[in-house]
Amino acid sequence: MAVVSLTQMQQGKSGKIIEIQGGRDLTTRLEALGLRPGVQIEKIGSQFIRGPVMVRIGRTQVAIGFKMAGKVLVEERDE
Amino acid sequence: MSKKEKPLKILLMGNPNVGKSVFFSRLSGVHVIASNYPGTTVEFTKGLMHLEGKDVEVIDVPGTYTLEPVSPAEEVACQMLNEGDIVINVLDATNLPRNLNLTLSLCKEGVPMVIALNFWDETKHKGIEIDVKRLEAILGVPCIPTCAITGEGFNELIARLKEAKVGSCEYEDQERWHKIGEIVEEVESLTHRHHRLGERLAELTINPWSGIPIALLILFLIFKTIQFIGEGLIGHLFNLFFESLWAPFILRLSEILGGGGLLHDILIGRLIEGKIDFEQSFGLLTTGLFVEFAVVLPYIFSFYLILSLIEDSGYLPRLAVLMDTLLHRLGLHGGAVIPLMLGMGCNVAGILGTRIMETKRERFIATTLLAITVPCMAQIAMVVGLVGRYGSMGLSLVFGTIFVLWVILGLLQNRLLPGESMEIFLEIPPYRIPHLRGLLKKVWIRLIWFIKEATPWLLAGVLLANILYTFGIIDYLGGLAAPIVSGIWGLPPETSGAFLIGLLRKDIAVGMLIPFDLTLPQLVISSIVLTMYFPCAATFATLIKELGILDMIKAAFIMISSTIVVGGLLNLILNLIFHI
Repeated sequence: MAVVSLTQMQQGKSGKIIEIQGGRDLTTRLEALGLRPGVQIEKIGSQFIRGPVMVRIGRTQVAIGFKMAGKVLVEERDE
Repeated sequence: MSKKEKPLKILLMGNPNVGKSVFFSRLSGVHVIASNYPGTTVEFTKGLMHLEGKDVEVIDVPGTYTLEPVSPAEEVACQMLNEGDIVINVLDATNLPRNLNLTLSLCKEGVPMVIALNFWDETKHKGIEIDVKRLEAILGVPCIPTCAITGEGFNELIARLKEAKVGSCEYEDQERWHKIGEIVEEVESLTHRHHRLGERLAELTINPWSGIPIALLILFLIFKTIQFIGEGLIGHLFNLFFESLWAPFILRLSEILGGGGLLHDILIGRLIEGKIDFEQSFGLLTTGLFVEFAVVLPYIFSFYLILSLIEDSGYLPRLAVLMDTLLHRLGLHGGAVIPLMLGMGCNVAGILGTRIMETKRERFIATTLLAITVPCMAQIAMVVGLVGRYGSMGLSLVFGTIFVLWVILGLLQNRLLPGESMEIFLEIPPYRIPHLRGLLKKVWIRLIWFIKEATPWLLAGVLLANILYTFGIIDYLGGLAAPIVSGIWGLPPETSGAFLIGLLRKDIAVGMLIPFDLTLPQLVISSIVLTMYFPCAATFATLIKELGILDMIKAAFIMISSTIVVGGLLNLILNLIFHI
């Protein structure tokens, strides 16, 4: 099982968030939409040229800016 | 007489895009704008409802994910909490875990509350079952399934408002998500997976390979449809009305007034070859009403009809994601698409919409971009009417140049202003089929709002223009402004009047250009200059309120200097091209 950031993660893969590398500001902002360690997350896709990453957490779809997404580390599930 | 008791205050609180505004309209009968994207409501709105013979105040609060605000709109929500007597916590029942996060925080605030499980119809559709009784027992407050659009559950909600209680759910702060997990586990069960096909189609509109071509197609269709409906209404309805019914009436009035004199000039203006020319007569009852109702209003209607349709469908957040990469380089993020689109209807609405933005820097960039490079629909309608006579070439030049300027101005500000662009972080709501009645209601509110906002300024503009002409002030000002207007921009000095009136309203200012028989390059330059040089009175007032005096001065400096430069460059370039 590989640990990757949301930006490195492959489209269509899912996994579990294990760490958010940032200060309290970032973690509270992400947590508001349910992104926090321990949560299952699926990468739906991403936009061109370092654009936002689209993910699904539970039944919520969220778009996350590239830099922010780079700070979310996920343990990718092997399929 | 004893002092009247203060009315009970009911707050509608919840995450963004859970339907609070539809709730509000239902409870209070006051209609507010509701859409399918997070952040429609940026200010609170108050309304009254009757509850057991008493007047109760209902307050629509901007949506918030947490009680720790990240934008001015969310700050409003958190401040309001101290004022409420009862909170109706509106939840998106299809998304229980995320919504319960705010609910649990509210439990700790000690305000009596009632929970509305909204989008109940959609939960059933998606195969989600929620044990409402169990949820009620755990949270210790009444929970009522609702569907705000159809009104399902509202009688029960209102009947149970008096049972509002402070939530009894106990937990440690660090344990909140754990607690939410437990609750959801207990009350929710899934009966079947939701439709995969619809979801796949929805994903096509957000994945870049398919999403960008689709977005371009949609934008193209939007503009074509707006133009089609706008022109259709003008040609088949409004023109007919003005020419065949209104003109004879005004001619009679002209006779009664003796065909001349100050009152005649102000109300009717000049007769051209003994006839009313609605474009050039320039009286309050002729050009004034004609511009507002026969040229601008059809486009405003058409624009808001299409915008409201797009808003309610849930497409805008997807467009926001697709445009994020570009907007990021302009110092904004994808979320700015929403205020920018609103600004195309009316800059005032767009500038108010920037309250969903997190930083001052972003709001400054967005408001200046709106004020300088986003023409409002009233002006667009007039420009289409005037420049469009020379074919699509002129229009492409005007709007193409404005688009390029928008990009350049954003790039420059992003480069020069300290700080960096914020990152997008946006929930993508599911697509929803717009509800016809709600949609028409929204278009209606916006039309009424436009008529109220625009009419006084428009008539004042026509009146002032008349006075300025009558007393020869325009000629005097024309002389003063000639070095810029003629020297740099290459326009006849008499057009200075239009730039003066443009400080009140842009649409009437464009109308003032009609009699001068301008060449195509001159029309293009004057349309662009009128967009950029300074905002109309209503936008200016809003800018001062939102930016403060100091930033307004900065913004004004950017406006004026960029207009002089751009107008001058265009004059050089266009004359080179057109004179070869």
